[in-house]
Parts: sequence; C-alpha cells; structure tokens
Amino acid sequence: MPLLSLMILLPVLAALVIFILPGGDAQRARVIALGTTLVEFGLGLLLWRDYATDAPGFQFVEKLDLFAPYLSWHLGIDGIALMLIMLSVFLMPLCILASWTSIQKRVPEYMAAFLLMETLMIGTFAARDLFLFYLFFEGGLIPMFLIIGIWGGGRRIYASYKFFLYTLLGSVLMLLAMIYMAGVAQTTDIGELSRFDFAPDVQIWLFLAFFASFAVKMPMWPVHTWLPDAHVEAPTAGSVILAGVLLKLGGYGFVRFSLPMFPDASAHLIWLVFGLSMVAVVYTSLVALVQSDMKKLIAYSSVAHMAFVTAGLFALNTQGIEGSLMMMLSHGLVSAALFLCVGVVYDRLHTREIARYGGLANNMPRYALLFMFFTMASVGLPATSGFIAEFLVLIGLYQTSTWATLVMTTGIILGAAYMLWLYRRVVFGTAAGDDTRAMHDLSTREVVILAPIAAAVLWMGIYPASFQAPMKPAIAAIMTRLDGRELATLPTWLSFSSRAAVVADPATPEAAR
Amino acid sequence: MIQLLVFLPLVAAIIAGLGGRVIGHTAAKLLTTAALFTSAGLAWLIFVQFWLSGSAGYDVPVLDWIRSGDLVVNWAFKVDTLTAVMLVVVTTVSALVHLYSWGYMEEDPSQSRFFAYLSLFTFAMLMLVTADNLVQMFMGWEGVGLASYLLIGFWYTKPTANAAAIKAFVVNRVGDFGFSLGIFGTFLAFGTVSIPAILAAAPGMQGTTFSFLGAQVDVMTTLCLLLFVGAMGKSAQLGLHTWLPDAMEGPTPVSALIHAATMVTAGVFMVCRLSPMFETSATAQAVVTYVGAATALFAASVAIVQTDIKRVIAYSTCSQLGYMFFAAGSGAYGAAMFHLFTHAFFKALLFLGAGSVIHAMHHEQDMRFYGGLRKHIPITFALMTVGTLALTGFFFTAGYYSKDAILEAAYANGSIHAVVASLVGLVVAAMTSFYSWRLVFLTFFGAPRWAGSEHIQHALHGAHDHEDAPVHEPAPHAEPATGTAGYHPHESPWTMLLPLFVLGAGALFAGLLFHTAFVGPETGAEFWRGSLAFRGALMEAAEHVPSWMVAAPSVAFFAGLGLAWFYYLAKPELPARIAAAMPGLYAFLTHKWYFDELYDAIFVQPAFAIGRFLWVRGDQGIIDRFGPDGVAGAVRGSAVLARRFQSGYVYTYALVMIVGVAAAAAFFLVPHSLMAVGGR
Repeated sequence: MPLLSLMILLPVLAALVIFILPGGDAQRARVIALGTTLVEFGLGLLLWRDYATDAPGFQFVEKLDLFAPYLSWHLGIDGIALMLIMLSVFLMPLCILASWTSIQKRVPEYMAAFLLMETLMIGTFAARDLFLFYLFFEGGLIPMFLIIGIWGGGRRIYASYKFFLYTLLGSVLMLLAMIYMAGVAQTTDIGELSRFDFAPDVQIWLFLAFFASFAVKMPMWPVHTWLPDAHVEAPTAGSVILAGVLLKLGGYGFVRFSLPMFPDASAHLIWLVFGLSMVAVVYTSLVALVQSDMKKLIAYSSVAHMAFVTAGLFALNTQGIEGSLMMMLSHGLVSAALFLCVGVVYDRLHTREIARYGGLANNMPRYALLFMFFTMASVGLPATSGFIAEFLVLIGLYQTSTWATLVMTTGIILGAAYMLWLYRRVVFGTAAGDDTRAMHDLSTREVVILAPIAAAVLWMGIYPASFQAPMKPAIAAIMTRLDGRELATLPTWLSFSSRAAVVADPATPEAAR
Repeated sequence: MIQLLVFLPLVAAIIAGLGGRVIGHTAAKLLTTAALFTSAGLAWLIFVQFWLSGSAGYDVPVLDWIRSGDLVVNWAFKVDTLTAVMLVVVTTVSALVHLYSWGYMEEDPSQSRFFAYLSLFTFAMLMLVTADNLVQMFMGWEGVGLASYLLIGFWYTKPTANAAAIKAFVVNRVGDFGFSLGIFGTFLAFGTVSIPAILAAAPGMQGTTFSFLGAQVDVMTTLCLLLFVGAMGKSAQLGLHTWLPDAMEGPTPVSALIHAATMVTAGVFMVCRLSPMFETSATAQAVVTYVGAATALFAASVAIVQTDIKRVIAYSTCSQLGYMFFAAGSGAYGAAMFHLFTHAFFKALLFLGAGSVIHAMHHEQDMRFYGGLRKHIPITFALMTVGTLALTGFFFTAGYYSKDAILEAAYANGSIHAVVASLVGLVVAAMTSFYSWRLVFLTFFGAPRWAGSEHIQHALHGAHDHEDAPVHEPAPHAEPATGTAGYHPHESPWTMLLPLFVLGAGALFAGLLFHTAFVGPETGAEFWRGSLAFRGALMEAAEHVPSWMVAAPSVAFFAGLGLAWFYYLAKPELPARIAAAMPGLYAFLTHKWYFDELYDAIFVQPAFAIGRFLWVRGDQGIIDRFGPDGVAGAVRGSAVLARRFQSGYVYTYALVMIVGVAAAAAFFLVPHSLMAVGGR
C-alpha cells in the first residue's frame, strides 16, 4: 500500500469533498476534517509500526516519474521524517478540535485550509525529490497565509504580508541553489545528493543560499520579527501549527540539506550559526520578559528555543544533533500546548493582554495544573521532553565550544524567569476583574485536547528512547558525512577544546583527543 | 524495597493531587501520610542494615533514560551508607511534617494540594539522594526546586509569596547553570556521567588540564567549582542565599521540611557524594571552605537583628549550612554529614516549634509582639528550648557533638583556610548562641507585648482570614504596645506536638548515639565504607587538638547565652539604644548586607530595561524598520521606484541579509561586542 501517497492525498480529497459536495454546512465540514485528521493519525501510527527502526536509508519509497529528470513523485522517509510526520498528524486533530467553536466564520474554507496544510506538511517531510520538496516546502506558506489573513485578528493583513514576504524571499535563493545543484550533480534525488561531494568553495555559496531560507523559517535572529506578529494575529489553531510544525521546517532543512550536502561549509560556518544562536537566546529571552501579550511572549520564547536547535545541529556531534531533533519534537508539543492554553482563556475573555488575567488558580484549577505542567516543560524541567532536548543540545555543544555553551545555558535562567513571570501574572495572584473571576474551568473538549500532549511530553521526558530510536540511523548517516571535516578556527584566545578541531566520530571519541 | 520507598510518595502525590477533590481532604491526607510513614519505616530498615550489619552498597537499575552516542544515562538507585543516612533524614522529617500539617493546615481549603506537594517534594528529594549518575541527581535537584517553588507560593493570592517563589526558582536556576556546565564538563573529561565511574577515575585526572573558555585550566578544579556553584544555589550559600529568607513566605511545615532539614542540605550531600572529586583539588577545597565560613558568619550576623521568628531560624539554617560546607572543604566529610544529620532534627524541631508558636499567636510572626509565652504554651516552650540547646551546642546534645567535630577537624586540618574557618566557626558559635537565646527570651520570657499585633487584633475581632491578611510590616522602631489585649494563646493539637517530641528526642540523643559511627577515626571509616572520602587520619588528629580548642565551643555557648540574657532579659531597653547609636551598622544588618538591593539594581532592573530596549529599538526600531516595513514603504513610495526596487529587491535583500549575518557573527565572536549589544 502506498502509505505515504495516501497520507498526502487523503486530506486534499477531504478538502474537495468539503467544498464540492452540495449541502455543505459548518458542522459537516468540522466532522469531515476531524475524521480525516484522525484517519491520518491512524495511518501515521501504521507508518511508525511498520517502520524498520534499525534499518538505515529511506523506507516506504515510492517513485513515479512525472517530468523526469526535473521533477518526480519520489517519496520516502527516514526516522527523522517519520517523527516529524508523527508530530504533524498528532497535532492536526487537536487543531481541528481547538477550532470547533472558536471559528464561526467560513468554516468549510477554514477546514479545507487546514487539510491542505496537512498535505503540504506531510509532503515536505516525505519528499525525496529536490523540487518536489521545494513545492511542498513553499506551498505550506499559502494555506498559512490564508489562515492568518482571513481568520486572523485586527492586524492580520500586516502580519500575513510580513510572514509571506520574509519566508518567500528567503527561499528564492534556495531555488536558485537547487537548480545549480541539480545541474552539477545530474540528479534531483535527495538521497544521492546527500552523498555527492560539492567542491568546498561552492559549498559555502550553496550553504548560504539554503541558509537564507532556513534561517527565516527557523526563525533565527535577526530575521525573526515576522513570527511574533504572525502568532499574535493567527487564530489559535494557526499558531499551533505554526509553532508546532512550520517552525520545524527550517531545522528539518538544515538536517536534510545543509549538514549532509554541504558538510565542509557546515563545519566552516559553525560560528555564523553559533553567533546568531547565542544572540537569539539572550536577546529574545530578554524581550520575552517584557511582553504584555501572552502570544507574543510565547512567540519570542519559541525563537529562543529554536536557537537551541540551530546551535545543537551545528555542534556537529551525535548528542547535539539528537538534542536538536528532540528539541524540535519537544517544542512542537510544548509550544503547541502553550498556544492552546492561551487559546483557552482567549476564547473566554477575548484578550491576550496578560494584565487582564490573574487568579485563575481559583476558578480554573484544572487549567492551572496543565498550564503549570507545560510551563515547566518549556523551561526544561527534568522528566519532561524539554529537559532531554536542552540537555543533549548543551552537552553536545559543550564538546564543540564552551563559549557558546556558556551563553546558551543562560537561557535556562532567563527561560525560567519569563515563563514563571507569565504564569504568576495569569494564574496566581488575584483576578483582574469580575469577568476574569467568572471564567469556567476547562471543558471536556479542552481536556481532551491538552491531556494527550501532556502525556506525550511526559513520555518523551521519561523514556525518550521510543522517539530517539527511529532517528538514530539517520543521524549516524549524517555523522558519517561530517566525520573528519575541518572546523572553523578561531583566534587562539577564544579557541575551543582541541579535540573538536575536526568533527569527531561519536563512536570513537578518544581518537580525536 | 528501595523502589517502594522512593515511588510510594510519588504515587500518593499523584492520587492526592489529581484526585484530591474526588477522594476528599481526609483521604488524601491519610494516603500521603501513610505512604510517608511506610517509606520512613523502610528507610530505617535500610539504615540499620548499613549501620549495624555492615551491608554492602548496591545499585538498583530501573529503566534506560537517555542514550546518545557515547552518553548513557539510566534511571537507577545507588544505595550505600551515605544514601541510607539521607533516606532516614528525608523520610523521617517528611513523615513528621506530614503529621504536623494535619494540625497546622487544618483550616486551609486546599489541604490535599498541600499534602500532594509535600509528597511530591519527598519523591524528588529521594530521587536526588539515590541518584547513581549526575543527570538523575540533577533531575531530583530540579524536582525539589519545583516542589519548593510550588510550596513557597502555596498561598498564591499573596503577592509576596509569589515573588518569593519565583525568586527561589530563578536563583536556584543560577546555581543549576553552574551545575549543568559541571555535568557537561564532567562528560567531556570523563566520557561518562555515572557517579561511581567518575569517582573511580577522578584521582587519575588530578593535575590534568583542558580548555575551558579558551584557557587551559585544571580539570578537577574547574569541574568541582562548577558543580559547587550548583551546591551554593541549593544550599543558599553567600551570593546565592537571597532566596532562602524570602522562602519563609511558605507555610511553616514547608520551612521545616524543605528549607531546613532536607532540600537545602542537598548541596552538602552533593559535595560529600562527590568528595573523591573534591579531594583531588586543593583549590576547590579552599573555595568551599571560605564560602562556607563566610556564609556562616554573614548569616549569623544578619540573624542577630531579625525580628521575624521564621527569618531568624532561616538565617540560622543558612549559617549552619556554612558550617557543613567548611567541614567538607576541610576534608571532614563525615563531620559535615554528621552535622547535616543532627541539624535536621533540631532545626526541623525549631521550625515546627516556631510554627506552633505562630499557630498559638494567630499567625503573628514578629517576635516584638511575643513575650511571656512560656506560661501559655509550656510544651512548645520546653521543646523549643531543647532545640535551642541542641543548636547552640549545650553539653551532650546533638549539636554539641557535631559542631565540635567540625571545629576540631577544621582546626586539625592545619591548612590556613581550614584553620581560619575553624576560628570563624568559633565566633559564629557564640553568635549562634546569642541569636538563638534572644529568640527564646523574646518569645517566651518577659511581659506579653501582644497588644500591638494586628493579627492578634484580628483574632480578637473574629476575623479569620489570616491567609489573605495584608502583610504586616511595622515600622522598624515602632514602640510595641505591651499587654495581652485579652488574647489567650492555646497549645497546639497533638498532631503538631507529637512530631515535636520525636524531633526533640533526636535533638537530644542523635549526637550521643551516632557520633562514633559518623566521625570516629576508625569506626567512621567502617561506617561509611567508601561512600564518601572519609579521612581517618584527620579525624584522629581532631581528637588531639589543643585543650583550649576543645573548651572554646562551650565558652562560646555560655558567652552567647549570657549576652542574650543581659540584653533581652536583664536590660531589655539596651538593644534599641545600641541600634540607635550605630545606625549605619544596624541598617547594614537589617538590610541583610544590601544583597537584595544590589541584585535588583544590577540584574533584575537591567534585564527588564534591556529587554524593553531590544524590543522597541532592536526589533521594531531597526529590524522591522529597515526590513519588511522599509520595503513596504519604499514599494508604496513610487511605482517607478518600486519596480526598480522589486526587480533588484530579492537579490539585494538576500545579499544584505547574508552580509549582515556574516558580519554580525564575526562581530559577536568578540565578547566585548556582546557586552556592547547588551548595554546598547
């Protein structure tokens, strides 16, 4: 059974049904969307069950030459793609549920946009053809653009315009680089390209071209300013998908393209990435501290967390890369849950202004508990997924640069400060007004949305092996590509440990000492 | 058995916390308390095995946790003498505090939540002390931090409690910052985070260097100091101590359990657990010694002028933790653990006793409004006196043995820092005696001064909303009204008194009973069996210090007692006059050496100011202005221009961006420029 094609096409089909079949009302659209996304989740579980964990390379490969040699319907997943697909299909039904009552305008179109979104996300992770990837990767912009632009808040036009401008412009350079690569390597197969050795000086330019796109998608400082605006204006479910999955596209791009295809450039430009990541953590954490809008605060915290992803990836060792991928999964769950938590109170009071809340622990104890849990996961408390991710990133980064680790680790202090400060103002203290005091606790629907995420976060924190195992062969393959590449050198007084002068094979750490 | 011991409190916490509303307060309280008493029983069983039957240490693996490359971390319990001592301390005090809270929290509407937090804390603490690797220790470390945060902020409508809770968590995170870097460095140097493997390899690493922040530094010194920063945070040592006094905002049973007997001693435990590492670095030991001695002195000096009964005991805790650290820094790990052990009894006793006083005085905590209470709550008075005797080191009480062991061992160590610490320790012993007896005299002796208390006034007028009562802050030199105002303090219920009796017995006899095992030169080595770096020779030398050193702690005891008697019973008008005569010194001490003001000025305010600056000037003023908004403006400006801009735009923008990021990265390689960005 062509499982991947099925997963990609089913949501499109459902979207068409919602649109075309007559007699479409809002409720039917909701039910169809929920049913489809649940089926998708089921198919995802099948995928995970049948995935051969220890086998290297791509699995579930499908190939159909459409316009060969330029573009073929070429699909296949490795463990990294599998886990990100799982993240997408897991969050999708929760998004539909979260929009169940809060979206009343143009419901069929809304549901169709989300289903299309799902198609494009799965397609991005499953594509094995360079240009097919590009189509899915950039196509994801369109439904999100619509979701923000049509169902967004007051400044939705500005936000969606900014979002579109940033992300599209970044990717034009990537397209040029792809065309060049296809010409030189005579293939558009991502697997083959990952084994192709581009000349080191060419790699630098290709790396930078891809970097322009991925850095915006991440987002890395200083091209992050579209994110707070997009989040603030997006409806809750839009924020969930944006933070949960779309922010992972940049990191996925680095893992899928930059590291294996341009290993020399990656090793050479670690300080470009470290520099931006270090600034991002301190800068955005401090900015998050002074936000008065809940969504903006969490958006800025996302930028800080994504800086951990980039720093970990470019630590260029097993712990760093595994940590980054765990951070992508963990942040996908935790930030999604935090935006859902904001959505819960937004639905009741229709404001994101922190000062309008307070004392929710009194009238919303269940909410207080779950919000506390996700706050703690966000600050990386051990036994939650956030800790595994942060810990692996930092322990990996430490082996490459103690300076970078020192600066990045301040993130655990600042992160605690801004999240607890947020929580204290929203949940503790006394209510800002009678309407705040009258808010009712989580409904069953809301518990059903948040509880599975909490369970996943806990599982990932206590027994991360379930999630790491499928990704290990893929990471080992990347490490093989990176092994022995010469790292950028620094002035001696800033030099990091001599054992990191070349990328060391994790299996034999002694050799490089 | 160890699994049951550790996980019972967790199960109880989950049931009481999530199902508290379903099963009701009484069931939740019964469940958690029963779980804790069971755990305590098991802990004593384990302890007796190690104490009397010489059981060998063992490891109990539970589950794989993190595997990545050559990093392997498991969930596993390490049980040896050191663990057994901690198990006994943690579960015993916790069980007694659970029982005590039945009475103390009787009127609280969310009792089951309180008991769930207490049990959750106990679980995290047990994870910490049973950890067989640094990462699991860190998990327990952060777990107790979470529980502490939740319990300090338990009365979450109180702004001061919320502020204290956040402060505790964030300051501890500063310590954890050092701890984390220590773990990363340990993994880099040793290739493992397993504690037995690290301790076995530590002597071989002595004198080696590695690159840290660009400098070649001694491996063991660096690692020990980084880990010690974590210990300083958790154990409230000078510099990272500011959260502990504020933590007194939490309910008093919490102060007794977390902020006296168990969590704050985690740093001492960590240094002892890793003592073979610290033994390889004389520099690290000297730092530990000086920090400990400085904290002991600082905290005692502040305790002398505090008027809040809980804050006096909090600073006293801080000071006693200083003793434990300089004992460890002097190589007397057995003595450090001994003091940890005895301190748990008498300090928990003092806190719970203070809780009983506060309970009797309708939540008034200011000693200036106490006085003459010994006739009204005689049992509490008697037990508080027992605790004070033990703290101040009266003959044959628990503190007498453990404090003397520390002072003598530090003196016998002979190195300059240890001898300095022992002399500082003597001075602090006199100060300890002074402020402790001051507390007793102000509270239980003299004439009642209750009339000035707002809490008592509330009680008399039938207002029972003590949790929500505004924070009571009398003017510093307010002349307290005297008299009872017709209020009748009542002795606490048996659930609160019974734990006091048990702890009182510990405070009296724990020293006598255990000193040969913990610090005897030969018996000590046999008792610890390699679970910490026990120095038999040092403890032997400690038994042969000059006779003045043996007598000095007792002299200090009587000096402090005598002075306290003179100032607070014989001439009670003198202290105010002295304070008025030396306003500078008095303000310096009442403001706790201005640490809070300093940190607020150099960390808290700048963080918010810089954050606001970066947001308004950085994000909006520069990035957006020249980025998307600038583009939009240009596009709107002129169609002709726009076309030209648009055609060249993609290219220009991307090029500018790449050049910009590359330049920024190069720029930020220089740390000065990092500072420049921070201060822009």
